[in-house]
Amino acid sequence: MSLPRPLPALTSDNEPFWKGGAKGQLLIQQCTRCSYYIHPPTGYCPECESRDTSYSAVSGKGFVETFTVNHKQWMPGLPDRYVLALVRIAEQDDVRLVTNIVGCDPDDVTFDLPVTVQFEQAEDLWIPLFAPEAGA
Amino acid sequence: MLKASITGIGMSQLGRNTQRPCIDLLADAALEAMSDAGLTRDDIDGLTTYPGKADNSPGMSPLGCTDVREALGLKTRWHSSSSEGPAQMSPLMIAAMAVSTGQARHVLCFRALTESSSQSPTRRASVATGTGARVGGWFSWLLPMGALSATNWAAQFAQRRMYEFGATREQLGAQCVLQRANAQLNARALFNGKPMTMEDYLNARMISDPLGMFDCDIPIDGACVIIVSASDAARDCRKPPITIAAMGAALGRDSWDQRADMTQMAALDACTDMWARTDLKPKDVDVAALYDGFSVFVPMWLEAFGFCKRGEGEAFIADGQTALTGSTPTNTGGGQMSAGRLHGFGHLHEACTQLWGEGGRRQVSKAQTAVVGMGGGPLAGAMLLQRA
Repeated sequence: MSLPRPLPALTSDNEPFWKGGAKGQLLIQQCTRCSYYIHPPTGYCPECESRDTSYSAVSGKGFVETFTVNHKQWMPGLPDRYVLALVRIAEQDDVRLVTNIVGCDPDDVTFDLPVTVQFEQAEDLWIPLFAPEAGA
Repeated sequence: MLKASITGIGMSQLGRNTQRPCIDLLADAALEAMSDAGLTRDDIDGLTTYPGKADNSPGMSPLGCTDVREALGLKTRWHSSSSEGPAQMSPLMIAAMAVSTGQARHVLCFRALTESSSQSPTRRASVATGTGARVGGWFSWLLPMGALSATNWAAQFAQRRMYEFGATREQLGAQCVLQRANAQLNARALFNGKPMTMEDYLNARMISDPLGMFDCDIPIDGACVIIVSASDAARDCRKPPITIAAMGAALGRDSWDQRADMTQMAALDACTDMWARTDLKPKDVDVAALYDGFSVFVPMWLEAFGFCKRGEGEAFIADGQTALTGSTPTNTGGGQMSAGRLHGFGHLHEACTQLWGEGGRRQVSKAQTAVVGMGGGPLAGAMLLQRA
């Protein structure tokens, strides 16, 4: 899918997520004490109640939890056919990223499809999108 | 302990692109509800709404408590509106708690919309289109990916259910078609006079797989009022009061995408709480009014309330169980998909209509007990109503 995407407002919590792509990294907030990944990021670990968090680069691999092919052009400039998906990251099942599946025909997207992150630059941000893993 | 009853209901004409002022619609609904309850404006001492005056989406909520109090000349001593709460049911729940604790005797709960008149070719009601400004909050995770409509969010639940349970479009369509048939028996329904066949349903334009045009509810202009009274004060009203027997509320994780089981919504948590607060059981329910912003919410609410097991909702519908003649008549007035989107207030209105035996040709015989489920995704409110 090509531009123009509505873009997120940056906060101290979400900025690394949206800018990690500059170095090719998918950065997810992580609890420094118990290693739980916190998404959406809040700066507080709901598992162990620690406030000591940082951003870690994850593998960028994940699986399609569910998806939908959009068929309607919602705003000028956006295409009318693209794949919206929830991708659960390989490191932790309950981190789900809302994203697009790119690099394949929409009809080829399936449940639990292994996917790998790639980034699309938009102004000062890098939007994490996912494509089928090579050979998947 | 709740000591709250519903004593009157009112609804304006529901229309598309009426260009009527919102207060005009609201006044119709309010006067009808007060008359229904046998009350006058001097009896109304509380006022609630959801989400309060808001312009984040065109025509979504043009009126707040202040506007309504002022225009109707009410002398309320207590009011509340909140955009955060157990979905669209929050004004009813807050009113029930207010009358149970003596804050008010008769609370006028309202929902008024001009979504149809207010949407323009470039700014559709309930679609979060970008204004060029960067977006914050939970929209910031959805909009950059083109997840601009709730249709996109709901579709991902529907798709997962089809994958896990083998649910089909025809099964979802069965609910859409039966609600449209119910609307033919409801003169107030937007699509009264416009029947729909399964073929019409299946041939409709796809919006976001697997949800097509007729899986979505309809933005309208309209208003609805429900009066919640303290149970002791309710005895003086015109009609036998409808007791609010139990309520349950839920807030899921932020936002539509983080629930561990993507085949269920916060509805499950709200219903579980509701049943824990009553001796009644799902088998005691005569009629159900379940939020149908999208068709797939109906099977999810059916499962949440325990009318069938997890994964069986769509098959339960296809088996005819939600039809007027089924075990759990559901959305008997047409629901939001065929009567119009009053954000759950239409469901409350229809449940009360049935419990008062005022359903005319769509009346479920001997309806004494009803459930109402409102909300989708991470927001849910559940209510059990009983004819006194």
